[in-house]
Amino acid sequence: MTIAEVDRQIVEATQAGLPLTPAPYAEVAAKLGLKEAEVIDRMTALQARGVIRRIGVAPNHYALGLVANGMTVWDLEDGQARRLGAAVGALDFVSHCYLRPRVLPDWPYNLFAMVHGLDREEVEEKRGEIAKLLGSACRASDILYSTRILKKTGFRLAR
Amino acid sequence: MKEPLHDLDDTDRRIINALQEGFPIAPRPYAAAAARLGLTEADLIARLTALRESGAITRFGPFFDAAAMGGAFCLCAMAVPPAEFEATAARVNARPEVAHNYARAHRLNMWFVLATETPAGIEAMACAIEAETGYPVLRLPKLEEFFIGFRVVA
Repeated sequence: MTIAEVDRQIVEATQAGLPLTPAPYAEVAAKLGLKEAEVIDRMTALQARGVIRRIGVAPNHYALGLVANGMTVWDLEDGQARRLGAAVGALDFVSHCYLRPRVLPDWPYNLFAMVHGLDREEVEEKRGEIAKLLGSACRASDILYSTRILKKTGFRLAR
Repeated sequence: MKEPLHDLDDTDRRIINALQEGFPIAPRPYAAAAARLGLTEADLIARLTALRESGAITRFGPFFDAAAMGGAFCLCAMAVPPAEFEATAARVNARPEVAHNYARAHRLNMWFVLATETPAGIEAMACAIEAETGYPVLRLPKLEEFFIGFRVVA
């Protein structure tokens, strides 16, 4: 782990969430025996370094009524995968979009795009839009609907 | 189809959309965020608390990049026989390195993300899960990420 011990303590103290109280950083500081200003300075630096990607909410798509969640997967020609991946990622109904390695013969797909909708019909319609955008550069595709969240805790530092 | 757990009003939707990123790192951050939304500090805190309690949001706070701390993430997939699914899920979920885990309708029916403190930790954990469960673990690390964002449509 390439972060300072104090930073690590801050990560551990906040990874389950920020206190929902008026001065959350002061509360974290008090727990760690630090000054509020030090926690604020260190978290600002961690965000600048990219260790903190963002501070905000993690929506639960199921609870929001978006019960149809499809992981669309595509086998794109390698030479076009980056350009087309960027185009798919820019679609406003795609929440996550990644290029990943194929694992042949079990897994021939290299582009993953998460699509959320109120029902599967809506997700299929969006899948069709992606297929149209990809055209003949796409050799095969599939969609994997999530049926249940088994665990969702985010990153945890283990001691 | 499952019923939504929580009926969101327009203010809840605005909060979820506005607070996906950019929450202030400052002494009274809720007051600052609330002002931008035209709410009071107390109202924003009460609504976030209610959203978390109802499960509409799973968490509010910082999201860390394991790679930037010298660690690593990896999406993994397993094909688990239905009769063994619950017991296998319990074994996989018991590992603190498993950040999240989804059941999906496919031959590969269990999809989880490993987050470890070192890149070598991914391989060690994938091997440990294979040894414990007896099922091969497909490793699908991200090569490139194109966009992360999501909007709740009003």
